[in-house]
Amino acid sequence: MLDPAGRQARLISHIWWVFFWTTFIIYVAVLAFMVISLIRRRVAEKDGLAVTPISAERRLTYVVGGAVGGSVLVLIGLISFDFYTGHRVYSLQDPNAVSVNVVGHQWWWEIQYDAKVTSNIVTTANELHLPVGRPVLLNLASRDVIHSLWIPNLLGKKDLIPGHETQTWLRADRAGTYFGQCAEFCGVQHAHMRFVVTAEPSDKFEAWLAAQRLTAPDPSTYQQNHGRQVFLTNSCVMCHTVQGTIARAKLGPDLTHIASRPMIAAGTAQNTRTNLSQWILDPGHFKPGVNMPQNNISRNDLNDLVSYLETLK
Amino acid sequence: MRPALLVFTGFATVALLSACKREQRQFSVPNQAAEMVEAIPVSPLQPGGQTTQTVVKNEYEENAYAMSQGQHLFRAFNCNGCHSSGGGGGMGPPLIDQKWIYGSQPEQIFATIVQGRPNGMPSFRGKIPEYQVWQLVAYVRSMSGLVSSAAAPSREDRMKAQPPASSMPKEQPTSSSMPKPAEIPM
Repeated sequence: MLDPAGRQARLISHIWWVFFWTTFIIYVAVLAFMVISLIRRRVAEKDGLAVTPISAERRLTYVVGGAVGGSVLVLIGLISFDFYTGHRVYSLQDPNAVSVNVVGHQWWWEIQYDAKVTSNIVTTANELHLPVGRPVLLNLASRDVIHSLWIPNLLGKKDLIPGHETQTWLRADRAGTYFGQCAEFCGVQHAHMRFVVTAEPSDKFEAWLAAQRLTAPDPSTYQQNHGRQVFLTNSCVMCHTVQGTIARAKLGPDLTHIASRPMIAAGTAQNTRTNLSQWILDPGHFKPGVNMPQNNISRNDLNDLVSYLETLK
Repeated sequence: MRPALLVFTGFATVALLSACKREQRQFSVPNQAAEMVEAIPVSPLQPGGQTTQTVVKNEYEENAYAMSQGQHLFRAFNCNGCHSSGGGGGMGPPLIDQKWIYGSQPEQIFATIVQGRPNGMPSFRGKIPEYQVWQLVAYVRSMSGLVSSAAAPSREDRMKAQPPASSMPKEQPTSSSMPKPAEIPM
């Protein structure tokens, strides 16, 4: 039922099952006692009044005392296990961990891979790549309102609070593609604020990182060149960055490698030519209320623009 | 019904009806070209005397969401880079005072943003969609208290030295700056 793919998620799933079975057993026991008390013969009557012999009174005291004592012990046990798990979930430490800054915006995720050399810093959006088996340190911040990072297969919910930066550790133990979701209501498109997490072997991860460090390639055909012109002369340039061009605004997602992303619009639609064209023309079709405006550009311009964006691998 | 109750119900209905525009949110605003901007006069100095000016009502000035978006866009598009975060001015003129070089009416501010102005105000034609310019216009007017305080944002996005727009004192715009005799260059 639960499918943990990483250390944090595995610890959480352990405690979940411990709680489940403990409470299941207690629940069955309580039900059993209730059924027994319903079908048991009544005690002996004398003068129309039920009489409880002294031995039964003493037995009752022992039973109740035992049940209360047992409950307290079980509770203490569960609480201790809870503290222990909480400590272990957040206690992964590694000075050589990959450091990632996750910044929540309304309604997209800005993901930035830190590096000691500034030119090696990678900024991307709505996708997180993780090396399998290596600890990753996530620095969480928010640009506007409270969001919450939640990757069901890997990590429990951790809030991104504006003005208060926090950290959490993460380690994926199994390669695969997982989804993340914003878990704190942040506005009208909170439900469409997802991101894709790809856990892959360390060498593929390094290769991906190296590819992300490259700037956008120059367009090679006339259509792509015209598409770049459309990008730079319309309102796209007011919000988006394409490294290697003059577009360096930071309001919206970094588009330098948009063609390599599996999904657009923060995990709302597949990254296909049709979806991208429709998104550019009217983002409100996918996400009503999103900050990106409609763009009235001609079909020809739109085709060329999408052709250019498809070169941004 | 008793007459007092009737009167109260009437007032309540009118009040509720007039207040309901504050919280309306219109998503998917169609993006129109700003062509009407060419005919907007920005100064009362006109040959042949002053013609009657058609006033364009900016319905965003009664809409709290629009002005809140304007507040967000003010920083997003770096208006605060020249006019400073509180609108107090710096490289650009202050927006919270009563002096308006190119007019304080909504359509005049719209023209200023779309056309650009001498001495550094860029032209945002084609770069900022028209409805976002109107949101900025509403916010700019709210900065000097020219907008109904019922709809103006009552909470700033970030720390500022000024009170929020709904508590800003109203700065009555002075008549447009006609140069005093000594200032006319010879």
